[in-house]
Amino acid sequence: MDDKYLKRERQRKLAGRIAVYAFLTLWALMVLFPFYWMVLTSIKSYSAYNSEYVPKFIAEAPTLQNYFDAFTAVPLARYFLNTLVFTVGTTALMLAVTVLAAFAFARLDFKGKNLVFTLFLALMMIPSELVIITNFQTVTNLGMRNTYQGLILPSVTSVFYIYLLKENFEQIPDELYKAAKVDGTSDFKYLTKVMIPICRPTIITVVILKVIECWNSYVWPRLITDDKAYFLVSNGIQEIRENGFGRENIPAMMAAVVVISVPLIVLFLIFRKKIMAGVSRGGTKG
Amino acid sequence: MKTAYGRSLPRRKARPGHKRGLKAWLYLLPAILFLGFFMVYPLVDVLIYSFEEGYNSASQTFLGVGTYNYSYVLHDPYFLQAVKNTFVLVIITVPVSTGLALLISLGLNSIKKLKELYQTVYFLPYVTNTLAVGLVFMILFKKTPYTDGMVNLLIGLFGGKSVDFIDGPHWAKMFVLCFYTVWVVLPFKILILTSALASVKQDYYNAAKVDGTGKWRIFTRITLPMISPMIFYLVITGFIGAFKAYSDAVALFGTNLNAAGMNTIVGYVYDMLYGDSGGFPSYASAAALILFAIVFTITVINLAISRRRAIY
Amino acid sequence: MKVTLRELTKEFPSRNKKSKEKVVAVNNFTFEIPDGKLVGLLGPSGCGKSTTLNLISGLEKPTRGRVFFGEEDVTDLPPEVRGVGLVFQNYALYPHMTVLQNILFPLQNLKGDKKLTKEQMLQKANEAAKLVQIGELLERRPSELSGGQQQRVAIARALVKMPRILLLDEPLSNLDARLRLQTREELRRIQRETGITTVFVTHDQEEAMSISDMIVVMRSGVLEQLGLPQDVYDDPENLFVAKFLGTPPINVFAGEVKNGGLYIGKQRVLSVRGAGDGSVTVGIRPEGFIPREGGALTCGLTAVEVMGRDTSVVCTHPNSLNSGIRAIISSESRHGVGGDTVSFDLKPSKVHLFGVVNENRIRAELTPPESEAGA
Repeated sequence: MDDKYLKRERQRKLAGRIAVYAFLTLWALMVLFPFYWMVLTSIKSYSAYNSEYVPKFIAEAPTLQNYFDAFTAVPLARYFLNTLVFTVGTTALMLAVTVLAAFAFARLDFKGKNLVFTLFLALMMIPSELVIITNFQTVTNLGMRNTYQGLILPSVTSVFYIYLLKENFEQIPDELYKAAKVDGTSDFKYLTKVMIPICRPTIITVVILKVIECWNSYVWPRLITDDKAYFLVSNGIQEIRENGFGRENIPAMMAAVVVISVPLIVLFLIFRKKIMAGVSRGGTKG
Repeated sequence: MKTAYGRSLPRRKARPGHKRGLKAWLYLLPAILFLGFFMVYPLVDVLIYSFEEGYNSASQTFLGVGTYNYSYVLHDPYFLQAVKNTFVLVIITVPVSTGLALLISLGLNSIKKLKELYQTVYFLPYVTNTLAVGLVFMILFKKTPYTDGMVNLLIGLFGGKSVDFIDGPHWAKMFVLCFYTVWVVLPFKILILTSALASVKQDYYNAAKVDGTGKWRIFTRITLPMISPMIFYLVITGFIGAFKAYSDAVALFGTNLNAAGMNTIVGYVYDMLYGDSGGFPSYASAAALILFAIVFTITVINLAISRRRAIY
Repeated sequence: MKVTLRELTKEFPSRNKKSKEKVVAVNNFTFEIPDGKLVGLLGPSGCGKSTTLNLISGLEKPTRGRVFFGEEDVTDLPPEVRGVGLVFQNYALYPHMTVLQNILFPLQNLKGDKKLTKEQMLQKANEAAKLVQIGELLERRPSELSGGQQQRVAIARALVKMPRILLLDEPLSNLDARLRLQTREELRRIQRETGITTVFVTHDQEEAMSISDMIVVMRSGVLEQLGLPQDVYDDPENLFVAKFLGTPPINVFAGEVKNGGLYIGKQRVLSVRGAGDGSVTVGIRPEGFIPREGGALTCGLTAVEVMGRDTSVVCTHPNSLNSGIRAIISSESRHGVGGDTVSFDLKPSKVHLFGVVNENRIRAELTPPESEAGA
């Protein structure tokens, strides 16, 4: 074991480290490039973009005209507002329903609890594609196409979140409940004053996941809305792609894409740790 | 109710319990209503739909009961194309994305500096709108009269011939779809695998190091078995997710996927339901049930394998 | 194999990222572990004993100083070529392998001329398993074993490749009290049978005292004292060592040396020779008290706890620096004890004097006080 051996070992380690960083950086560029490209394209003027047979990596005469177009030529602001209403409405309702159900399963005793819970769990395996057909018919027959109710109500339930929250509620020691009962606290007050504050991290997780899901949802809104006044951003983007801006105005399209992507990215950068922890606990995508 | 002393408890005691049971149902009521109306009933209904022949959306009448819907769907070239596309997508993206995520996670776990930055960047696709970013991919890959597009420019740089990935040959379109799908599903997999790797206790590695275990052997004999439950989890959810692929395809190729030859099974279901070719909920139901059967079978197979292989 | 640590220092970057200061886990450590002995590294948590162990195993590289195995300088060698066996506090058994696979694992790593055939490996594994008496558990998985059994497997895994040095990190802390007693005898036996130089880390002084050939007491990275357990106990070099060893712990008083006598309060408890006048800290072992009416030291009596063979007398004294004084006396001599106060004579060998500020031992000759008549 001489110096040569140690030196060679050190060199091998260094080479390995460089390779790892190179690989990681390569994929990071793969991830970032589309974002760079959409911002870049969105600040190129229409004529500049179309005159570049070989696309340029910088905008020589950056312009905000496309953003102006995105909000005026198509009702982007309206799409935004719709998405906001949809997201807030769905998430709030989901939270109320989920918390109440999880509380019943975790804290209260009643006949048939295990049976009902098993049935709930079984529902977790049902893919949304299977039930969406009937829901489409139902909402259509109820005349709720192109309404917020029609958008929101079928998107509310999530068995998985009930399950997640129930597990968390059950970790709260029984003693707390007994102590509260001795003090004469009602069940509902115990839920709101003790359980919800203690389980706040899980509740935040659930909310974050639902918000991401809502903001990106495409299929259900597409089925249930054909009036542009009720389009969400996803549908708006698709609409812009197929009929928007009159011509193939890609820079304006990209401006719209940037505007749509920004809220979630900002949210993510602020709550990065919470979101990543939440997703790793309860998220699935892909 | 018998107590330890063999006496029945006074009846009076049983009543509050009864009342509490009622209250519990009250707490459950909203969830049961929502689930019943938008999940259980549709589940039954979709089965019925799928066997109602000649259903007419407008008059809500049907001609008879039978398996015609299934046979129609199974003979529909669009459906067969969609099944083929979906299977290709699944077979390519699940192993590629899982493998790539594992490589990236291993890399991430071996570094200290900039680790958080990389993690943040890698997670970005998770929080972006699939439709919106899909549009960017389309532009990068598309070839128009005005420009060959970014990707073709790169291909040209390496001396290749330019291809239209969006309106061109089927293999090229499939490539873009797979590429974009991998791009979209990686964040979740990287996140799960990175935390799985981090949760392997350092003591195990120290023990192996003291015993002079080689790097590759540490990986195959310790790391891999320890994180195998998470890998199986990712493979199973990956299969399920990839079988349900749809919006990625829409993002790249537009809503008329049948014309592009890029439809997926889920896309077929929606097309049957709504849009220019829509109005056939029975066909849609049959196709959805076939999809469910496929996913279910594959998940069961996956679970059986994982139970045999993931040892603890 | 003799192990020598020479001026060993290990610094870690401070946890507080902004401060440039470094945490010194091990500070200028020099000592020698004789061949074939069982050595206990003892100290409160965070004193650097685990780091010392890691420096010996090679999992950590020292900032300064050298490590020798015998005459060989192993400081720059990676752990795998040092020939050490390491048992982790939580055993670190691979959960996905059976006991046998766990024990075989280190052998399968051997390369080149050290490589063994399958039969040789199995034979060695069986020998190791037999040594720690787990022969019948070989096909089980770690999750199916009790804590004590897991411990044995971990030891077998560490021993199977015949290490030059065996290192154990808090080997008994995850076991319940009864198993701990049993396992420490077991450790002693295994070490005797194999004759491998063994170092173990513990925060439990009783554990260290009971089985070690030699103990090393550490505090915040600094070696405080080393020697035979009984020697260190009987002859502590400073107050920290005196306090750290022994249950119940040593009783500490504020005292004073004057006129050739040791005073606690107003009472002259012992005669002193060889110490300058002034305030001192007096440490008295619990077994250093002999109850006698009219004895040298009078305390307020709080409680008498009978524990079978011995009796523990809990009392108070205004000069006591502990929350309470605890004396252990034989149950026969308990009978005179009662009332509000109790008086003791002190055994000079159980009384130690320390500097008030530096807490170092003041070596002085202590003898029983002259009889009252002589004073």
